[in-house]
Amino acid sequence: MRVTVIDYKAGNLTSVLKTLRHLGAETVVTDGDLSLVDSAERIVLPGVGHFAATERLDKTGLTGAIRSAIARGVPFLGICVGMQWLYAGSTEAPQQPGLGHFPESCTRFAESPEKVPHVGWNSLDVRAKSKLLAGVEPGEFVYFTHSYKGPVTADTAAITQYIEPFAAAVERGNVMGVQFHPEKSGDTGLKILRNFLTWRAKGAGC
Amino acid sequence: MLTKRIIACLDVHAGRVVKGVQFVDLVDAGDPATQAARHAREGADEIVLLDITATHEGRQTLLDTVRRTARELFVPFCVGGGIRSAQDAEQVFEAGADKVSINSAALTDPALISAIGASFGAQAVVVAIDARRDPDAADPVRDAQVYVQGGRRPIGRTVVEWAREAEQRGAGEILLTSMDSDGTRAGFDCELTAAVSEAVGIPVIASGGAGTVAHFADVFARGKADAALAASIFHFGVSTSRSLKEELAQAGVPVRLRC
Repeated sequence: MRVTVIDYKAGNLTSVLKTLRHLGAETVVTDGDLSLVDSAERIVLPGVGHFAATERLDKTGLTGAIRSAIARGVPFLGICVGMQWLYAGSTEAPQQPGLGHFPESCTRFAESPEKVPHVGWNSLDVRAKSKLLAGVEPGEFVYFTHSYKGPVTADTAAITQYIEPFAAAVERGNVMGVQFHPEKSGDTGLKILRNFLTWRAKGAGC
Repeated sequence: MLTKRIIACLDVHAGRVVKGVQFVDLVDAGDPATQAARHAREGADEIVLLDITATHEGRQTLLDTVRRTARELFVPFCVGGGIRSAQDAEQVFEAGADKVSINSAALTDPALISAIGASFGAQAVVVAIDARRDPDAADPVRDAQVYVQGGRRPIGRTVVEWAREAEQRGAGEILLTSMDSDGTRAGFDCELTAAVSEAVGIPVIASGGAGTVAHFADVFARGKADAALAASIFHFGVSTSRSLKEELAQAGVPVRLRC
């Protein structure tokens, strides 16, 4: 199974690539070669850093190519800022639009006595219908590091509580996102990535 | 609920894990990749690998070690020691580290913090501070001093002020080592840790002095630490992360038990 990993030059892909390969995936990386998106079997968009860096996806044409791939039913997973990019935008960079697959916007955690960024291992309250998080049980933890987050909506696949409840994962059909880092979340993270790698559309056979 | 992190620290010299008190009388304690994997299996929330060789000749050995260690490690992995430039950091990230820890190089060139953060994200930059209380000051804790050269030389800055500057320059976390407590196994410096943790909005990792489970509970409660570093407590077979965390859970500290 092949995974096209999107590189928008805002961080290090080593951990994500290493983990996907560990799970038996063949990985190809693109920072602008749209043919690798057009022919993609699965797409992963890892992301760290500032939301503004996603501008590169627009400039390279990757945004349009990813939109088409998603419309074709290609399974897509956004990680961290890669998940936030699936929304309409983020208050971190108001001038920079996201993909808009989910109509809401990401916002910074509210002012509170708790620290922002939210860094460390936190638990997931998984919604039953999630395919991405199938088999994740209460009491399992995943690793987060972020200051902005998506809102809880009908598309939320898992809720995490920190300062306020937020979307730890989002999922609608073939489009999935996780705010946490599955590649850094031990056996639980490996299980989630394995779910993504074996995800099949309804009626797609096998 | 966000849990308190237990971070296993491996001191590495010439590609091998070593143990010793304050870098003296080093004893071989195994292969870094094997040790890191064992710690992760036993419940460590994160692994820190500190290269205590940190010589130019040792860089390639370190990168090989990082590469081998990262290969089968699926928890956050931080590497420190001898990182003096953004290029050094880049090599370590490419070898598989998720974070780098920088100490004296950040003091010499504070712009290094933002330089690494700009390319790899603030979450990837840990600023390590070696601290000693200032017994002559009106407030020995608030006026605790930053030290370099393994705690031998003060640089004339207070820990709290430097931690704030590091945060403002884009550090993602502070790794605070009390040189007074380091190696004593008599407990963390909770007052100093709390002073720094309250002064910054980024996570503070407490280091130096761990000897018992109660010391960890104490630094999370009184010390307001977000994470604690454990090194010799594991080497000497006192405890695994799992047993440490099970005892902490019983004491009411939120920890990740299932891995």
